[in-house]
Amino acid sequence: MKKMNTLSGRRDFLKATSSGLIAGMLPVSLVRLVGADEHGTDFTFAYISDSHIQHIKDSKFVRNWDQGLIRAVAETNLLEPKPDFVVFGGDLAQLGTKPELDHGAEILAGLNYKMHAVLGEHDYYLDLGEYWSELYGKHYYSWDHKGVHFITLNSILTYDEWTYDRWESPERRMNEMAGLDNPNGSPFMVGKKQLKWLKKDLSKVAKDTPVVVFSHSPLQKIYKGWNFWTEEADDVQAMLKPFDKVNVIYGHVHQIQYNQIDNIAFTSVMSTAWPWPYPESYAQAESHLPIMTVPMNRADPFNERDATGWQFMNMHTGRVDLEFNLYNNTNRTVSFNEEKGHPEDTMFDDPANRIPAQQHF
Amino acid sequence: MKKIALLLIGIGLAGPALADEFTKEDTDRWMAQFEQVAAEGRRLWTSPEIGTNGVACAQCHPNAANTHPETYPKFQKQLGRVAQLWEMFNWCLQNPLEGEVLAADDPRMIAMQAYVYKERRGVKLAPGKH
Repeated sequence: MKKMNTLSGRRDFLKATSSGLIAGMLPVSLVRLVGADEHGTDFTFAYISDSHIQHIKDSKFVRNWDQGLIRAVAETNLLEPKPDFVVFGGDLAQLGTKPELDHGAEILAGLNYKMHAVLGEHDYYLDLGEYWSELYGKHYYSWDHKGVHFITLNSILTYDEWTYDRWESPERRMNEMAGLDNPNGSPFMVGKKQLKWLKKDLSKVAKDTPVVVFSHSPLQKIYKGWNFWTEEADDVQAMLKPFDKVNVIYGHVHQIQYNQIDNIAFTSVMSTAWPWPYPESYAQAESHLPIMTVPMNRADPFNERDATGWQFMNMHTGRVDLEFNLYNNTNRTVSFNEEKGHPEDTMFDDPANRIPAQQHF
Repeated sequence: MKKIALLLIGIGLAGPALADEFTKEDTDRWMAQFEQVAAEGRRLWTSPEIGTNGVACAQCHPNAANTHPETYPKFQKQLGRVAQLWEMFNWCLQNPLEGEVLAADDPRMIAMQAYVYKERRGVKLAPGKH
C-alpha cells in the first residue's frame, strides 16, 4: 500500500510539478520534425478547450477547473518551437456569466500568442453570446494562414423556439442547456444562415487548399443524448467533400475521439477541466463512437487532473497531427497516416501496445 | 402468549394472512416508491445543493455513467481499502464538490444510489472489477 502511494506520488511529482521543471522537459516531447511539403504549410498551433470556469460567489471560482486552464496557458507558453497561434475551443465559462468569462479571459490573456476563439454552448445560452462577442468578436469566421484555409463555426445553435420562446429567463435557458444529459436540452445546430455563409466562404477556396474547420460540437453524429452531435453534420460534410484535404477539430466531448469520413479527418480535443465518460459506458443508450478510436486512458478520479489536458498540433502536407498533453495520464499522439488515409494513434493503434486502463465500461 | 396471539390475529385482519399473498397492485406500489426515490436521486445528482461550490455529480457523470455500481464493494485507491459505493460518493462530495459527507442511511444518499443503480440496470454484477 505504502509502496504504491510512493510510486504514484513520484510520478505525480514528475508530471505535475511547477513549470520550472516542465520547462526542462516539455520541448523534448513536443518537437516534431517534418519534411517540406508542396504547400509549404508546415507549422504548429496549440489548442486549449473546455475550461468551464465556474463562479462560486464574489471572487471565488471552482479551484479545480481554474487550475486546469492556468496550467494549459503556462505550458503552452513554454512550447518550442513556438506555435503560430492558439485556438480556444469553446466552453470557457460554465454558466456564461460575465464574472466567469472575465475570469477565463484574464487567464487566457496570459498566452504569448495570438488566439482564435470558438464559441461553446456554456458561453452562449445566457446572453446569446453578447458578452463573449465583446471579448472575442464574431461567432463564426474564416482566415488564411500559410496556405491553409481555417474556418471557425458556431455549431451550438438550436431551434428558435427553444432559444427564444421556451424559457422564462435567460438563466433558466442557460441551466437547461448546461446539463449534458438533460432531456430538456436541444440538439446542436449550425443553422441555415451560417450554412449559407459557409457555402459562400468555401466557394472562394481552391479545391487543393487544405481546409481546417474548428467547431465546438462534433460535425459528425456520435451520441445525440449528450449532444455529441450536430444536427446538420451531413450537410456540412457534403460541403467539405469537394476539397482534397479537410480536417475537423472539435471540443465539447472531453475525451479522445478520431474518425475519417471520406476526405474529412475528425479529431476531438480534451478539456482542461474534467473528462467525460464515453457514451458506450451509459448502459441504457446506443452510441456510435468511431471504431478506429482507441479510447483515452480511463478517467477515474484518483487525481483531480486525471484525463484532462491540452493539445499541440502539427500542420503538415495539409493534415493535422495532434499531441495530447495529458496532465496525469500517458501522453497520446494521433497522426494522420497517409498510407491508411486516416488518423491513428502512433502507439496504441496496435492492440498489443494498449494498456489495461483504456478499458471503459 | 395469549396477548401475542391476539396481536397476530389483529395484524392478520389488517392485510393478507400469508407472506406470499401480495398482488400486482402491491408490487406496482412498491416499484412506484422506488421510482419516486430514484427521481429524487436524479434531482440531487444534477443539483449543486449537495456540495458547496456549485459543482453537481452529473457534471462529470452524465446519466451516472462511469460510476460502475456493479463493481462495488471494491478497492478504492483514494481510500486505500475495499469500500462501498456510498463511501465513494462521500469522497466525491468532499473533493470535487467541496462539501460535507452524508451518512450511509441519509435519505439523500439512498436516493442517489437508487438513481445510479437505475441508470445501470441490466449490467451484470462484477464485484471488485477495475
